Amino acid sequence: MGKRKIRVLLAKPGLDGHDRGAKVVAHAMREAGMEVIYTGLHQSVPSIVNQAIQEDADVIGLSIMSGAHIPICRKLMELVEEQNIGDKLIVVGGVIPNKDIPTLKDIGVKGIFPGGVHFDEIVKFIGENATK
Amino acid sequence: MGVATYIKDEKDAIKEVTLQSGIKIKPVYTPDDLEQIGFDYQEDLANPGDFPFTRGIHPMGFRSRNWTTRQYTGFGTPEETNERFKLMISHGQTGLNVAFDLPTQMGLDSDDPMAEGEVGRVGMAIDSLKDFEIAFKDIQLNRIGSGLTINAVASIMLAMYQAMAEKFGYKKDEISATPQNDILKEMVGRGAWIYPVEPAVRLIGDTIEYSMKELPRCNPVSVAGYHIRESGCTPAQEISYALMIAFAYIDNVVARGYKAEDFVGRFSFNLNIYGNIWETVAKFRAARKLWAKLLRERYDVQNKKSLFLRGIFGGGGSGMTKQQPENNIVRGAYYALAAALSGAQTTALCSFDEAYTIPTERAALLSLRTFQILMDEIGLRDTVDPLAGSYFIETLTKEMEAKILEEMEKIEKVGGMVEAVSTGYVQKEVALQAYEFEKKIQEGKVIKVGVNKYTEGVDMEVELHEYNEEWARLQIKRLKELKKDRDNKAVKDSLKALEKAAREEKNVMPYLLECCKSYATVGEMSNVFRDVFGEFVEPSIF
Repeated sequence: MGKRKIRVLLAKPGLDGHDRGAKVVAHAMREAGMEVIYTGLHQSVPSIVNQAIQEDADVIGLSIMSGAHIPICRKLMELVEEQNIGDKLIVVGGVIPNKDIPTLKDIGVKGIFPGGVHFDEIVKFIGENATK
Repeated sequence: MGVATYIKDEKDAIKEVTLQSGIKIKPVYTPDDLEQIGFDYQEDLANPGDFPFTRGIHPMGFRSRNWTTRQYTGFGTPEETNERFKLMISHGQTGLNVAFDLPTQMGLDSDDPMAEGEVGRVGMAIDSLKDFEIAFKDIQLNRIGSGLTINAVASIMLAMYQAMAEKFGYKKDEISATPQNDILKEMVGRGAWIYPVEPAVRLIGDTIEYSMKELPRCNPVSVAGYHIRESGCTPAQEISYALMIAFAYIDNVVARGYKAEDFVGRFSFNLNIYGNIWETVAKFRAARKLWAKLLRERYDVQNKKSLFLRGIFGGGGSGMTKQQPENNIVRGAYYALAAALSGAQTTALCSFDEAYTIPTERAALLSLRTFQILMDEIGLRDTVDPLAGSYFIETLTKEMEAKILEEMEKIEKVGGMVEAVSTGYVQKEVALQAYEFEKKIQEGKVIKVGVNKYTEGVDMEVELHEYNEEWARLQIKRLKELKKDRDNKAVKDSLKALEKAAREEKNVMPYLLECCKSYATVGEMSNVFRDVFGEFVEPSIF
């Protein structure tokens, strides 16, 4: 039996339909040997959390382009706590201004990857921080 | 994305240039190239305004008519959007390009739980006719045309636009709206879809059929290769997908017993100006030519004006970068130049802060000024199609034409665009292109100034357009009041009639008009369709 691959649930929360970034990152993660489950568009936060539990994901990655990253992440972290799945690594990518990064960290998002971040950086961060 | 890939020697001399569409550029072009490719003036170009319109659709181009500028505008409440509309018009903008917030685009009212945090964020919130009456107050709707960036619920918005204009005393034959109304590209690239492919295409057919009869100055569909390009496809694919999508809509209406000739003249296109400048110019010239030629071949369209590829050549969003955002002002100017050199009829330009947020007032004005400088100062109105006859441009235009046809053939092979979208074929192709391109950027094979070359290590903070929580509160308050004050019996009856029409496969437009007039909400009308049609399920592409 080989080593279990890192399982990433890649999700598009909310109504924003720009999924180029999510799909590109999904390709890159897969190429780096991770297992990626892509939720598709228009997901509610509770549904993302449910899928993460059902899929036994190690990582929940959110891709948000609409600017609503703070309220969405806040809601996600509330549910993560409620469901007692704090062991899952939470990361977010998308259109995220620098000034919002401290707020996201305070909320409990571990990895924040604004547009233009190299695949290597994302892959390395997840490799080092995900607990399988 | 889409600048070329370069191979250089150790002395930085360029050895090979490959455009994103896969065409290689030679160091020098001569008359031999034109001969080799079989270039013929009459057949390939002809004079501007003559078939196949490679050189443009008007004989006098920008000489007779400056381009229409339509910056994408709209945010927050209808009141704020109305103010911005008036501001842009007072500065010389000649058409509107209306942005809706995501709940509106998704057919949800502002008080829907899924709308939380999104009301008014990326465009204005519209719940009912009441909001439209505020947004378009004091706009001369018989003189200013409005592009409505709406797709899944475009039928609803077009009906609402008519209801609003009539309420203000305009006649339906004097108003000009261009709803984007291209659902297939939403399924490939932009994601604001609701209903399954077939009923979604049927709704588009309904708007086309209705406009043909009732709204002669409206352009019911703006086929947007733009967003597919933003999602990662090549320029050749952008045009081929756009044409194939247009054919899918034409086929829907032709199947109802109409001739393409009778309605296709009102189609317009929304295409991207981002990329390598030569590839962009060749793309637009080839697109005009192919649209005219293929409409003749496939649908026997003869009327000259019905063969025009009209539309907005603009945007350039994915060329803009978060790094060194002021560079985007310069990029935007070059993209606009490409649009002008391509004979664009209408244009819009992404603002320099758009990699981050919706444009600030200052940034939107800068885009407008960019166009005005090109047209009024630099000389882009001097002569029509100034690049015509260039050994290089004409060779490239023909090569581009061949590439576009090649890509179209691939879609034909899988059964046409409706099939290609239903199965996820196009989505897969586009995602793959996006990934390959991103890899090239990260590996430095494609150069992006300020991103992978000439970096400064520090991103500039741009001035942000702040989201205001108050917008949602105001919208929800107005919605509550509306639901209390309107004639709810009339609303119920009109919605019931709409449902019946949707089930019986009648054209839904007259029923939507009645719903809008009774102040039914966008959410209520959309839900009628949700009940009848169900919802789209994305095909898995991984």
